Amino acid sequence: MVERVKCVRIKNHPILKFNQDRKKLYFTFNGEKVYGYEGDTIASALHALGVKKLSESIRLKRPRGFYCAIGNCASCNMIVDGVPNVRTCITLLKEGVDVRTQTDKGVLDVK
Amino acid sequence: MLYKEGVPTQDQVLSKFPSIDVLIKPKAIIECYENIPCNPCSTSCPFGAITINENINNIPVVDFDKCTGCGICAYSCPGLAITVSRVKESKALFKIPYEFMPSPIEGEIWYAVNRYGEVIGDAKIIKVDNRPSQDKTLLVHVEVDKSLLYDFITIRRKTNG
Amino acid sequence: MLNRELVIIGGGPAGLCAALNAAKSGQSSLIIERSPMLGGQLIKQTHMFFGSEKQYAKSRGFEIAEKLIEEVRKSPLIEVWVNTTALGLYEDKVLTVLKEEEYLKLKADAYIIATGASEKSLAFENNDLPGVYGAGAVQTLMNVYGVKPGHKIIMVGSGNIGLIVSYQLLQAGVKVIAVVEASSKIGGYKVHAAKLRRYGIPIYINTTIKKAIGKDFVEKVETIKLDDNFEFIPGTEQVYDVDAVCVAVGLSPLSQLLTMVGCEMKYVSELGGVVPVLSDKNETSIPGIYACGDVCAIEEASSAIVEGYLTGLVASKFLGKVHPEYDKLIDQYKQELTNLRSGPFGKKLRDGFLKLKGESNAL
Repeated sequence: MVERVKCVRIKNHPILKFNQDRKKLYFTFNGEKVYGYEGDTIASALHALGVKKLSESIRLKRPRGFYCAIGNCASCNMIVDGVPNVRTCITLLKEGVDVRTQTDKGVLDVK
Repeated sequence: MLYKEGVPTQDQVLSKFPSIDVLIKPKAIIECYENIPCNPCSTSCPFGAITINENINNIPVVDFDKCTGCGICAYSCPGLAITVSRVKESKALFKIPYEFMPSPIEGEIWYAVNRYGEVIGDAKIIKVDNRPSQDKTLLVHVEVDKSLLYDFITIRRKTNG
Repeated sequence: MLNRELVIIGGGPAGLCAALNAAKSGQSSLIIERSPMLGGQLIKQTHMFFGSEKQYAKSRGFEIAEKLIEEVRKSPLIEVWVNTTALGLYEDKVLTVLKEEEYLKLKADAYIIATGASEKSLAFENNDLPGVYGAGAVQTLMNVYGVKPGHKIIMVGSGNIGLIVSYQLLQAGVKVIAVVEASSKIGGYKVHAAKLRRYGIPIYINTTIKKAIGKDFVEKVETIKLDDNFEFIPGTEQVYDVDAVCVAVGLSPLSQLLTMVGCEMKYVSELGGVVPVLSDKNETSIPGIYACGDVCAIEEASSAIVEGYLTGLVASKFLGKVHPEYDKLIDQYKQELTNLRSGPFGKKLRDGFLKLKGESNAL
């Protein structure tokens, strides 16, 4: 069950304008139907939903979230539409995408 | 101390103020204590009252004869280090830069706050300037008690008790 | 194999300005950028910039980015590939990239590497817990995606980035409980520190994080005081309730491509890490390969912009396209860089550049 945290999206900002009319994009996270908005990355959409744990470390299974947010550190790697090791902090959210927590090195199913 | 706490000493603050008889008209108080490469205050002053010269690391110097207290420098300073100050009878009037929400509204009473973030009294909001040229930095006209002249630096909203 | 004359790796301020001045010299270029958008770190900066008018002082970072990106988009000489990661730069001047899902090989006559820098991390217990973020990540979440990184945050590091991001957190409606600084003085501009103090954020020097506490994400943090040798002082621990820790302990140049292609590199801690040895015109030791921006030395956007402009001209000249005012502009840019680096805050940089050239005041 995904934890919900209220009011994590910024509505009023003294300097920036955040578009409040963005299109809602539904996607699945570990099988559950959730949503984000057009313009979100997968990681930012999950963060807004209160999901901070994005993957697990390979050996000790420690929870991992994102750290650098610009695609350098690989802390945010998740399995997206069956493809592992996707840097979700720089991957834009698309409608219907299937996102899963990655808990191992990641195996690509090559058909 | 400035480099340990981020707060200037009383002497440092006083060194930026002109004598009190000059403050019958509004004047810019530039609390810039370090040499950093920066000159928007000087280039935005329409009266040539702020001098930095060629080396933009120089600390700005205000010519209080030329300064009209217009406040353009206050919302142009990237460090938000400038306020405009004036003394009128028993009150001190300030124009301060402000970049938070919710915005103050004319007539409201907010807390007057000192450089340590401590509440030192009340501040009456006289006017709020928000012209496009200010690029979203509000210029808030505030009235406080004259005794707070050298301590007041910003406002904080009173939350409903 | 795709061929290009000039490829610029990195679409931040340095890369964008290099492309613009190359275009003004009549030289076409291809900008490669791994993010979905151009602008680098500028797009997250909501504060007004320092420097002088020539470096867009007083404008907010994201406004400068918008201006530069608009000019780049309008130029018929500048091609842009976003969502494209440079994978390797080989000694035969072949660049391999991942463009969306496609693996491509490029060969260019000249390359400008403007890959910027990345966050350093800090060693403390449980520093891998979700909720421990680099300062850049906090800025990205807040200012680019409009998502609060947390509700109550502690900031580690009192350099300019730590101080500025703390202020931006306040603007986003996040409570910053404190800024902790391991050394005995505040590292960044005091005007930034003064802002935080007046808005009620304490700054604790000689203090660092001992551990983050939480099961699946950060719930608390324990700080501890340090003595003059940066050793923990037992008994000075304090625990705070937070849901995020922001680590702002410095940046390190992303210079791997330069190392890979065989440029002469040097480790200079004053400049941020492993940096290329450069001429005063940003030429590396390999003809046709240039570098500009934070990848050469950790500075501010104002320097990255000027270096970008300068390098764009120099690379174009190498390719045979000389700007009509080449000499005048090169001198102007060099002078601007000297001015930006001349104050007390520029001392570390100046020392670093001397070390890079092989001279040292200490010898």
